[in-house]
Amino acid sequence: MSDLDLNQISNMQYDVLREIGNIGAGNATTALSQVSNWRIDMKVAKVELLEFKELSDIVGGAERIVVGILFTLEKDIDGMMMFMMDMPASRYLVNILLGNPQPDGVSEDFDFNEIELSALSEIGNIIAGAYLSSLSTLTNFTITSSIPYMAIDMAGAILSVPAIEFGKIGDKALLIETEFGDVQKTVNGYFILIPTLNSYTAILKSLGIIG
Amino acid sequence: MSKIIKVGMADANVCVAPDVITTLGLGSCVGIVLYDPVNKIAGLAHVMLPDSTKIINNSNKYKFADTAIDILIKDMMRIGVNRNNLVAKIAGGAQMFNFGNSSEMMRIGDRNVEATKEKLAQLGIRILAEDTGANYGRTIEFYSETGMLHIKAVGRELKII
Repeated sequence: MSDLDLNQISNMQYDVLREIGNIGAGNATTALSQVSNWRIDMKVAKVELLEFKELSDIVGGAERIVVGILFTLEKDIDGMMMFMMDMPASRYLVNILLGNPQPDGVSEDFDFNEIELSALSEIGNIIAGAYLSSLSTLTNFTITSSIPYMAIDMAGAILSVPAIEFGKIGDKALLIETEFGDVQKTVNGYFILIPTLNSYTAILKSLGIIG
Repeated sequence: MSKIIKVGMADANVCVAPDVITTLGLGSCVGIVLYDPVNKIAGLAHVMLPDSTKIINNSNKYKFADTAIDILIKDMMRIGVNRNNLVAKIAGGAQMFNFGNSSEMMRIGDRNVEATKEKLAQLGIRILAEDTGANYGRTIEFYSETGMLHIKAVGRELKII
């Protein structure tokens, strides 16, 4: 067991997590641009430690409909990881991947067809893979992830799954918010990494943050 | 005019008629409504985990089914609830993602519901109605005036239990 307390996370730990997010976002941009032949920019907007109560406010409320793509992690790190985006972001990325024209306004339509759903799941795969490779490069850990599990539902309900995993460690959840887009449009995606307590300690140890 | 009182994740609150108490976007968490129909006072807890004794960091008592129910009853008695009148309605405990092989970690919704029922049975509080399990999120609103629990879900009709 470990005496690590997520409520006591330090500035240095933040910086490292932000860096993992930055490198991951960079990898994901390259990968997405390659499959879509489209120049997509991405940047890590912020890393935040939030109370469970506030968690869903950041995506526009607990009842906002979002896409959540979840992976379980194995090997040197156990836990789960989730990538979440709202409907405009999902539409935007699906259209890019499938080469469809982008609609003029903001689309809140969540009625995806089968091809679009599998494109979404592939986007999740690409983005999660990019973050994971950044994490495994920085830590020298071997991490394997499951197939993507996807759900489209209210943000609060989707977020309950990672929040519960975080709940075993502390009273707050760690959220990495990423902004991506092109010249015309930017949309937001949220990345949540939930290692088990032991794996979290292992990550910070391997990065030299705790002894 | 009735007020609407919001309860967040790992939180609880109480409400007196004619007010309404609500929690938005319940997933694998469970919303537990306790109600004293005589005094028309309701309490709602939004719990995330089944058992506080299995977790090291258990300072937030509202996070767990076992401890949240105990505290909620105390909170309710402070504003005039008669413990013997209490009945319950519960909702939530969904499995949001369809994992093929359901390991212990993934069955958390079911476990939350089981733990809630066990705790209520121990305390001798009867569950009048429930809307639990399945694979979708729920927003619930409890009307302390009528004692009815309204359940909303994406693409589904309003359910009243």
